[in-house]
Amino acid sequence: MTEHTCSCAKEAEAVDLTLLGPVLAAHAHDQGALIPVLQQAQEVYGYLPREVLREVAEQRETPFSEVYGVATFYSQFYLEPRGRTIVRICHGTACHVAGAPEVTSAIVDELGVRVGETADDLSFTVEAVACVGCCGLAPVVVTGEQVHGQMTPLAARKLAKQLRREATQ
Amino acid sequence: MTGPTPATPAPAPATPTVGAPAASAATYEVRVCAGSGCVANGSLAIAERFETAIAEADAGESMRVVKTGCHGLCAQGPVVVVGEDGIFYPAVDLDSADRIIDSVLDGRKPVEELLFRESPDGPPIARYDDVPFNARQQRIVLRNCGVIDPESLDDALACGDYVALRTALTTQTPEQIIETVRASGLRGRGGAGFSTGLKWQLARDAVGDLKYMCCNADEGDPGAFMDRAVLEGDPHAVLEGMAIAAYAIGASAGYVYVRAEYPLAVRRLRKAIADAEAANLLGDDIMGTGFSYHVSIREGAGAFVCGEETALIASVEGHRGMPRPRPPFPTTSGLWNRPTCINNVETLANIAWIVNHGAEAYSSIGSGTSKGTKVFALTGRIRHSGLVEVPMGLTVAEMVDDIGGGSSTTLPTKAVQIGGPSGGCLPASHFDTPIEYDALAAVGAVVGSGGLVVVDESTCMVAFARYFLAFTQDESCGKCVPCRIGTKRMLEIVTRITEGTGKPGDIEELERLGNAVRSASLCALGGTAPNPVLTTIRYFREEYEEHIRDKKCRAHACAALSNYLVVDEKCKSCGICKKNCPVSAISGEPKQRYLIDSDVCIKCGICESKCPFDAIIKV
Repeated sequence: MTEHTCSCAKEAEAVDLTLLGPVLAAHAHDQGALIPVLQQAQEVYGYLPREVLREVAEQRETPFSEVYGVATFYSQFYLEPRGRTIVRICHGTACHVAGAPEVTSAIVDELGVRVGETADDLSFTVEAVACVGCCGLAPVVVTGEQVHGQMTPLAARKLAKQLRREATQ
Repeated sequence: MTGPTPATPAPAPATPTVGAPAASAATYEVRVCAGSGCVANGSLAIAERFETAIAEADAGESMRVVKTGCHGLCAQGPVVVVGEDGIFYPAVDLDSADRIIDSVLDGRKPVEELLFRESPDGPPIARYDDVPFNARQQRIVLRNCGVIDPESLDDALACGDYVALRTALTTQTPEQIIETVRASGLRGRGGAGFSTGLKWQLARDAVGDLKYMCCNADEGDPGAFMDRAVLEGDPHAVLEGMAIAAYAIGASAGYVYVRAEYPLAVRRLRKAIADAEAANLLGDDIMGTGFSYHVSIREGAGAFVCGEETALIASVEGHRGMPRPRPPFPTTSGLWNRPTCINNVETLANIAWIVNHGAEAYSSIGSGTSKGTKVFALTGRIRHSGLVEVPMGLTVAEMVDDIGGGSSTTLPTKAVQIGGPSGGCLPASHFDTPIEYDALAAVGAVVGSGGLVVVDESTCMVAFARYFLAFTQDESCGKCVPCRIGTKRMLEIVTRITEGTGKPGDIEELERLGNAVRSASLCALGGTAPNPVLTTIRYFREEYEEHIRDKKCRAHACAALSNYLVVDEKCKSCGICKKNCPVSAISGEPKQRYLIDSDVCIKCGICESKCPFDAIIKV
C-alpha cells in the first residue's frame, strides 16, 4: 500500500466541484461505473482530491469508505497532485533483464526525484511501472506519451537532462 | 435463427499469409507497422513520407500505404513490408524510406542493401515469410496482424472477418458451435488452459434470464504482449469471436476488460465496436438474424489480480478487484450474479478460424492435449525478439535458437522463464522440453499467457526469482492470508539471500513456504506466485547455496555481493567517477590511477553509469 501523507497545504486551493457534474451525469444510471467515474474525474483534476471522492460518494449514494477503498486499490488512481511530466520506467521482465534497475538509478539520480514521488515544483513524477508492452525495445522509458527504447544508463541521463531543460524553459 | 442475411461480409478467402495483399489485387500495398513498438521508433513519420511520395507521384490509384498492426519482429522496427511478395525492410529510417519508395515507384525492384540479413555479411533475405523468425510460424490468431489496417472495417471484411459469424448465425445451432470448439481441442490461452468448449457448455447450460460473454484483455504478465498485438492489429477478430461465443452460450451483452496501460488498443477497439455496430455486425438484430449482442469496454485501473476472472468481475461491477472463492464458477453466477463466460483475447481470436475451417483442421495442429497454435512473446537476451505464433509442441530450443536466433550477447543462454510471474524457469539442459501444457507442467513451468524470457549468464537466478516474487507480492490483493503473508515472508527471505545475509536453512524454508502458499491461496495469483522461486531452487540450487554459504553471486548481479573496479587500461583519469561518488569511496587525482575503496563503496553504480569510457566494471 502506498502511504498517503498529509497534504493539507497542497489542497489549500479550493477544488471546483462543478467540473464533476458532467462526469457524474454521464454514468448516473450505470450501477457498476464507479471506476469509469473515478477515471474521468482524474482526467479532469489530474488526481483525485479528497473533496472529489466525497462528492462522488455522496452523488452516487455509495459509502465514502467504498469509494476510498476503490481509489486506493488500483495503482492508476492518485490521491496526490502529479507532476506535469510523468516519467514511467518499465520494469517488465524484458526491461528488467536488459537493465531497467540501472536505468532507474540513473534517472532518479539525474532528476533528484525518487521512484513513486513527485518533484516539489510538480515538474516531474517518476514511476516504476509493470510492462508497457514494448518488450522488443527493452529497456523502455516513457515520458508523457513518448516511448524511448533501448535505454542505457548514459542515454537515460541524457534524457533526464533534456527533460530538466525543457521543464525550466 | 435463420433469416435473410445482408451481403455485408465478402466471401472468405483462404487465410492470407503475411505477404498477401489485403485489399484488391490491383492495389500495390506498402505496409508500415503501426504497433506500439514501431510507433515508438518513428514508424508514423515513415508512413507519412510514403504517403507524400505516392501523392506527389500521382500513384494513389494503384498504390496505398497501410498502417498495420504488429508484425511481430518488434526489435527490428520500424518494419515495412511491400507488395504482393511481401518484401521486408527492417529498421527503416527516413533516408531508407526514400530509397524504398523510389524503388517501388520505379520498377518495384527490391533495394538489396536495405533487406534483412541474419548477420551483417550474410545473404539478404527479401521475402518477409522467408525470414527465419517467420519461417516456422503458423498464423491463426495473428492472421491479419501486420496485413490489414486495424482501423478499417473494409480491410477486415476483405480478409474474411465476420464470415464465420454469419456462417454460425445462419447455418449452425449453438450446440453445433460448442461441439466444434470442444472438438477442436482449444484450451484457454489466458493461463489456466481450461477447455474452451467445456466452458461454453457450462455457460450455455446455466440458467439465467440474462447472460454475459466477456473478454479478458487485462494482459498483466510482464513480458507478454500478444493480446495487445491482437487488439491493436485485428480488433475485429476478437469481436467476432465474442459474438460467436455469445450466440453459442445465449448471451446478449458483454464487456471487454482492457488494461489501462494499452491506450492504443482501447482506441482501436472502441472504433472497431462502433464500426461493427454501424455495419450491423454487432448490436441489435445482427445481420437480420434476430440475434442481438452488445459489447462495452471497461478499462482497468492497474491491478494485476484483475486478470483472475472473479476479480475481473468485481472490477467491472465497480468494486476493489478481489477474487472470491469458487464455486460458484462465473459460468453459473458471475457478473451481477448472472451466468458469465470470460475468455481471453487470444482464445477468442481463434474462434472464427475454427468455425471457418472446422474442428479437425485445428486439432490437426499441435501435439498431444495441446492443440492449435500459441502466440509467444519472445524477449530478453535473444537476437530476434518479438511475437511468434507457432504450433504447440515446438521445443524450447527450437524457439530460442531457430526462431530467436540464440543469445544476443557474447554469453551463452542460461535459462528461459516461461509463463511470466506464474511460470517457471527452465535451465538450458531442459531446452528439449516441448512447449505444451502437460510437458511443461511436468518440469514445473506453465504455458501461462505465453511470455518467454531468455536470460544469459549475466543474470543471477536468485535475483531473477526475487524480481518475479516482488511483482506478485506487490500485486497480491491481500484478501487471503497464504498469499498476503506467505509471499511477503518468501520475499524477505529471497531478499536477504541476494543481500548476502541469507542463513543456512533458508532454502528449505522457501520450499516449505512456497508449497504452502501454492496449495492454500484463494486464487491463481497466490497459487502460482511461488513458481519462479521453486523452479529456480529446483534447477539452480547451487546458486542459492553460493549466495548463502560463500557470499558469492556468480553473475555479479547482486550489488551487495559484488564490487566495482577501475580497469586501468580503459581509465583516462578524467575524475568524473570521483566527482560523482556520493560517499567519497573513490580516490585518485587527474592523470593518476583511480581506486575504489570497497569498504566505503555503497554499490550504487553511479560511477559505472557516469564513466564515459566504460572503465568501471562490476566483479
